[in-house]
Amino acid sequence: MTHRRTLALVALGGALGSLARYALTVALPHEDGSFAWSTVLANLSGSLLLGILMGLLATVWAHRHWPRPLLGVGVLGGYTTFSTAMFDLHAMLLASPPTAFAYLAATIALGLLAALAGVLLGRQLGARATHRPAPRRGSPR
Amino acid sequence: MTVLLVLAGGAVGAPARWAVDRWVQARHGTGLPWGVFVVNVLGSLILGLAAGAAAGGALAGWVLTLVGTGFCGALTTYSTFAYETVLLAERRAWAQAVLNVALSLAVGLAACSSGWWVGLTLADLG
Repeated sequence: MTHRRTLALVALGGALGSLARYALTVALPHEDGSFAWSTVLANLSGSLLLGILMGLLATVWAHRHWPRPLLGVGVLGGYTTFSTAMFDLHAMLLASPPTAFAYLAATIALGLLAALAGVLLGRQLGARATHRPAPRRGSPR
Repeated sequence: MTVLLVLAGGAVGAPARWAVDRWVQARHGTGLPWGVFVVNVLGSLILGLAAGAAAGGALAGWVLTLVGTGFCGALTTYSTFAYETVLLAERRAWAQAVLNVALSLAVGLAACSSGWWVGLTLADLG
């Protein structure tokens, strides 16, 4: 796939992922310095989904070129965010250090667990999809 | 309007991450996932600067939406950071996994906070 096409897929995915992240901040608004549920939710769900996606990319989508730039680099990369998590943390540290600590713990511990769960789930799904029983002899091709 | 700003920022931020990540990984391909580290620190710094300048009244709210929510949100990524860390831990590269988390957090937070103070100070001066 050409660079230009990859970039276009990444840009399209990034725009859609960012929009989904923004929709979460509208649905779950928070003041600067209070616990940012929207950021945590985006990062946890995005990490879980990326793990699953990587399992599929290694198996059922191994020969497809579009899912990784569009869904992985683009949508999930744009949906999850590190900078907003850092800004949330900065604002919480100024307003309420215990909240900042809880936010940090949720972001890191739960985020890594979500990614691990996604990776394991993705491998399961990928293995199940590729180890389907062989088609019966004489079946139409 | 806000939706368009987020879409535009995201459409530029994600390809920028892809390009920077490739550029960095081509030069430092071993050890820690430096490409993701670099975009995450860079985006945290830019978001801090923009939010500080906005807090000081020097940056319009719509610019913060475009640059902060859109561009920086998509330039940085949590999912790949978490995924790469899990892969390091799975390979029993415990020290590297812990280092990746600690460095990303410490440098990312420092970049964001210092950016915020600089942005606020510049806004007050201007």
